[in-house]
Amino acid sequence: MRIGDFHASYRHDEALFDTRAQRVWLGLLLAALAAFPFVGGSYLTYLACLLGIHLIAAAGLNVMTGYTGLISLGHAAFMGVGCYAVAVAERAGIPFFLALPLAGAASAAIGLVVGIPSLRIKGLYFAVATLAAQFVLGFVFREWESVTGGVRGANVPAASLFGFELAGDRRVYFLIAPLAVLMLLGARNLFRTRVGRAFIAIRDRDISAEVLGISLFRYKLAAFAIGSFYAGVAGGLWGYFFRVATPELFGLPLSVFYLAAIIVGGLGSILGTILGATFMTLIPEFLRALVGWAEAFGLEQAGVYLAPLRQVVFGLLIVGFLVFEPHGLAEMWRRTRRFFHLWPFRT
Amino acid sequence: MHILEAEGLTLRFGGIRALADVAVAVPKGGITAIIGPNGAGKTSLFNAISGFYRPERGTLRFDGADITRVPAHARAALGLARTFQNVSLFRGMTVLDNIKLGGHNRLRAGALGALWYLGRAAAEEARLRAEIEREVIDFLEIDHIRDLPIDALAYGLQKRVELARALAMQPKVLMLDEPVAGMNREETEDMARFILDVQEERGITVMLVEHDMGLVMDISSHVVVLNFGQVIASGTPAEVRRNPAVIAAYLGERAARRRVA
Ligand SMILES: Nc1ncnc2c1ncn2[C@@H]1O[C@H](COP(=O)(O)OP(=O)(O)OP(=O)(O)O)[C@@H](O)[C@H]1O
Ligand SMILES: [Mg+2]
Repeated sequence: MRIGDFHASYRHDEALFDTRAQRVWLGLLLAALAAFPFVGGSYLTYLACLLGIHLIAAAGLNVMTGYTGLISLGHAAFMGVGCYAVAVAERAGIPFFLALPLAGAASAAIGLVVGIPSLRIKGLYFAVATLAAQFVLGFVFREWESVTGGVRGANVPAASLFGFELAGDRRVYFLIAPLAVLMLLGARNLFRTRVGRAFIAIRDRDISAEVLGISLFRYKLAAFAIGSFYAGVAGGLWGYFFRVATPELFGLPLSVFYLAAIIVGGLGSILGTILGATFMTLIPEFLRALVGWAEAFGLEQAGVYLAPLRQVVFGLLIVGFLVFEPHGLAEMWRRTRRFFHLWPFRT
Repeated sequence: MHILEAEGLTLRFGGIRALADVAVAVPKGGITAIIGPNGAGKTSLFNAISGFYRPERGTLRFDGADITRVPAHARAALGLARTFQNVSLFRGMTVLDNIKLGGHNRLRAGALGALWYLGRAAAEEARLRAEIEREVIDFLEIDHIRDLPIDALAYGLQKRVELARALAMQPKVLMLDEPVAGMNREETEDMARFILDVQEERGITVMLVEHDMGLVMDISSHVVVLNFGQVIASGTPAEVRRNPAVIAAYLGERAARRRVA
């Protein structure tokens, strides 16, 4: 147990030590990230790229759902907007460092179109509106063939910088990883300012938020736009990574995947975003391995059940965490740390 | 000079008339108490003034402007701050973050500035922090709890934090709904001192709903009495105390309570 006075008088030193330790850790982490694709091999590099994309998308969803309380069932569709935007931008000869912000902006703009009518009303209505957006955008992806290539999809050229092509996982990694770090930092920064505080205030008690001068409509819209921007950038990266945009990639199952990620990780927590996205990136891999073993042991039809099995597991994870650990893996982590912090004086 | 004037305010909930043609004029720079028996409409009056109940009739003027149609958040930005009868703090946040929310309207950072943080957003956050430490936390003597979550605080301290959050808004008018309810003698005296300091040293106009008649008579300069949604008397504390209608309303309440008991 830390005692108040002790804490107060040593606060200064402790903060200094804290930040220095944190800087060292941050440096080590960045070095590890830079070395990763050279050390990790091709499969792990592939997973890391996928994780980076999931991290950005989940961070965006957590800003709107976890921190602001706006439940979105259409996050994947907004990623799709970003992915197609990058495909179109590349066709027009726009380089990736402009195409990615454009992808985010396009997605945020569509977020505003959905949000302006639906955010005036509280609660469930918004969730239903995002679900509608999910299906309407999916329809547009399929039918607007001249732009999206219809069900066959659109190819996305490799990102390139002065003729140097970022093709292959290892090179794309150096596009995805820095962006993931930057955008997670951005999400963290939000909550050091009035904007993030307003989001949390709206989630916790929207009446008193209003009395403090916070315009509910404006800030909900801002949260939705930020979340959609993150989705758009993640979608753009998805395009550069998989080099293709097809409608079924960005359907409802992917939206549910991201909801599961932030619920499992921890709503309203950056650590939760990281833990949840990591966990959820690994789950499908684990399931695939499981099915592989099953096939090896003579269950030849096991592969057929992979897709439905995945949905069932995601669903169970959502329900399980909501019931048993609503604050997610982040809370479990904090509890574990507290345990060792106090151990052996208190268990 | 009146900083706040309500006229003809009428507010109904189903069959109940919470406010019936209420007129209130709040003198600038003073402490105006709104008193009355339970259910008289005091909180409803505050809700109508701060803007999240829409009265069906009546007008509101604040600091020379008609605010009848101004939404709640914009009224706050104009300089109307309030606390709630049942404390309404953000439980997921620390005391400090709760208070910082009071400064929301004086900061400028937009979404992009906030994401980037470095530079302007960081500078204005640092300024707000310094100002809050100086003018709110020191003043209300809550330095020892600034990093605690709200749930860790005793009720009296929560009320003080809510006052802190309202003060961080640097309002022109501060509305306090039962600021000392549930407090012991000592906490009540502290709170009375804070309210007087706010009014005397910062020139903030205070409106106060309170059942503690000792406190009301001690610190207020003007008293408005509500009963069944109507203003039945107003004037100085001494005038109101002698008013037969007021005495009847309070005696009636006491008599009714005796019948129930
Ligand atoms: N949101 C609401 N819905 C329905 N009725 C309400 C609502 N708010 C207030 N009322 C009713 O309006 C009347 C006035 O209530 P109000 O809360 O303004 O009284 P009050 O003077 O603040 O009382 P107290 O001293 O008990 O706080 C009461 O009859 C109450 O039941
Ligand atoms: Mg009341």
